[in-house]
Amino acid sequence: MSEKTITRQDLPSPRYEYGGDDWVFVELAEEMSFDANFKAQAITQEIRQNSLEGLIEVAPSNASYLIQFDPNVLHPDELIDELKSLEEEIDVSEYQWEARVFDIPVFYDDPWTHETLMDFRERHQDPDATDLEYSAELNGFDSVQAFIDHHSGAPHMVTMIGFVPGLPFCFQMVPHDEQIEVPKYEQPRTATPSRAIGFGGAFTAIYPVPGAGGYQLYGRTPVEVLDIDQELSAFEDSMVLPNPGDILNFRQIDRDEYDEIRSEIEDGTYQYNYDRVEFEIQAFFDDPHGYNEQLLEVLD
Amino acid sequence: MRILDGGLVTTVQDTGRYGHYHIGMPPSGAMDQFAHKVGNWLVGNDESDATLEMTYMGAEIEFEEDTVFAVTGADMDPSLEDEPIPTWTAVQAEAGDTLDFEFATEGARAYLAVAGGIDIEPVMGSRATYTLIGIGGHEGRSLEEGDELSIGESSADTNELLGTSIDETDRPDYSQSEINVVMGLCDYRLTDEGRQRFLDADWKVSDEADRVGYRFEGPDITDMFEEREQPFGAGTDVTNVVDLGYPVGSIQMAGQPIILMRDAVTGGGYVTVGTVVSPERDALAQCRTHSTVDFNAVDVEEALEIRQERDDLLETIQQSL
Repeated sequence: MSEKTITRQDLPSPRYEYGGDDWVFVELAEEMSFDANFKAQAITQEIRQNSLEGLIEVAPSNASYLIQFDPNVLHPDELIDELKSLEEEIDVSEYQWEARVFDIPVFYDDPWTHETLMDFRERHQDPDATDLEYSAELNGFDSVQAFIDHHSGAPHMVTMIGFVPGLPFCFQMVPHDEQIEVPKYEQPRTATPSRAIGFGGAFTAIYPVPGAGGYQLYGRTPVEVLDIDQELSAFEDSMVLPNPGDILNFRQIDRDEYDEIRSEIEDGTYQYNYDRVEFEIQAFFDDPHGYNEQLLEVLD
Repeated sequence: MRILDGGLVTTVQDTGRYGHYHIGMPPSGAMDQFAHKVGNWLVGNDESDATLEMTYMGAEIEFEEDTVFAVTGADMDPSLEDEPIPTWTAVQAEAGDTLDFEFATEGARAYLAVAGGIDIEPVMGSRATYTLIGIGGHEGRSLEEGDELSIGESSADTNELLGTSIDETDRPDYSQSEINVVMGLCDYRLTDEGRQRFLDADWKVSDEADRVGYRFEGPDITDMFEEREQPFGAGTDVTNVVDLGYPVGSIQMAGQPIILMRDAVTGGGYVTVGTVVSPERDALAQCRTHSTVDFNAVDVEEALEIRQERDDLLETIQQSL
């Protein structure tokens, strides 16, 4: 029996750390939770709005955030004092934002990620299984399909963009006891196909470009999450598709649909299926499954 | 100007592309900001104008018009029309002249600044090349034979600049082997003995050392970490944390230490244990493969002093020109 609500987490006192002379790193929790992420989003949004002189970069991450500043203008201790007072002021349950809900078609167990993961079996915990088989078994699912059904059965929130431009880290919007968790590869791969759907820790990632990676590989999406020339619809404002706080709904598709979408992407005619919603934390925490269903109605 | 030979790796760089870390965009820009800035000043440019960054083996370049230029950073014995020319000095090239370089004898990266700067349309506010996704610089990639780069209009009186030079004493020493770091970020994951071993060891710069990161070889670090029950979402390895942002200059412990440089990934799930003080990221960028460095822990006030000393030196140099 799963919980019907998401329990609020009491976060520990944040750790304020110096990154050399020009960065400050703030860890809100060692453990991932919606509370930690929403707090990171709320504080970084606030600090952007306060436009403190000397700020260079403000980057929220899953359960922490990172700030780069010019120490000639702003002393790190002054910055930390400011962050501490923000931390005390912010009430996450009052925080709400406009999120976009995206349909992200996924061809699970596709031939490209399959070939890659087979090439790197010697770096894997279970060389005799595929990444999907390993993850399904580790999380107590009877079959790979049951695992895929779970992964695509509830939406995921983008909790961080990073690693490379446009790579979303996504945290599934379900109560803690329904979250899946898997280890990363024992040693990172040197290759990952672009648009691969990976999973590590408690996060799904979409790799925008080919490159190294340590997440388990489950499939491939035909849609782009990075468009540096901003030619595709949905990239009008930015070369990266989702922002932190946006919601991705992974939908299982077959090879035919994959190829169809791919050709529309390649000739620039593909229309992303997405819409805007006002995301309310308390409503989501009170009834996540009901709230998710309501969110996904905008994709119909 | 025309590229006759791209050398080993030559890219257009500037002071960097800032404000996009939250979408996963690293700053890129010159790995040795000191040499880049001084090169620009020598030819009357703004410090943010674009220069060429050349690694280990410089490019061969033909100037298509009369150009004042300066070569700074690593010593690659530059010659113009086969005549050796001084480095850290403004030099005149005439239309048709060829500039070429030998293999670096000291340092790893040289900078070529030209009066007027390299004229390329900026991408997201910068001309810096970021090759991973292919943006900035010349077509988002390293330069190759046949590439042509335009040079901007110089607002300086270039005749007056000729022969201007930086005092020997103000030029960096690229044999520096001590790198100052502020320990922290997630260094609570190291055991006390592990932290000590990290600071005591000589670390050799491995073959994998580029604009993305410097990987080091040294003592085994696998038992340097505190055992714990891993927090939810981090992954199972003791070196895993819930994916977080990585400062440029931070030291990541992934098997062996990796220092993240200006084209690095902006975040991930490996534990970071400290950050190189900003001016010493320039020094590290000049550390050659197979050289050894040792890390010296300083506190944040000392780090700020080190930065201040570098800024004072830059100011002195700028005022002397």
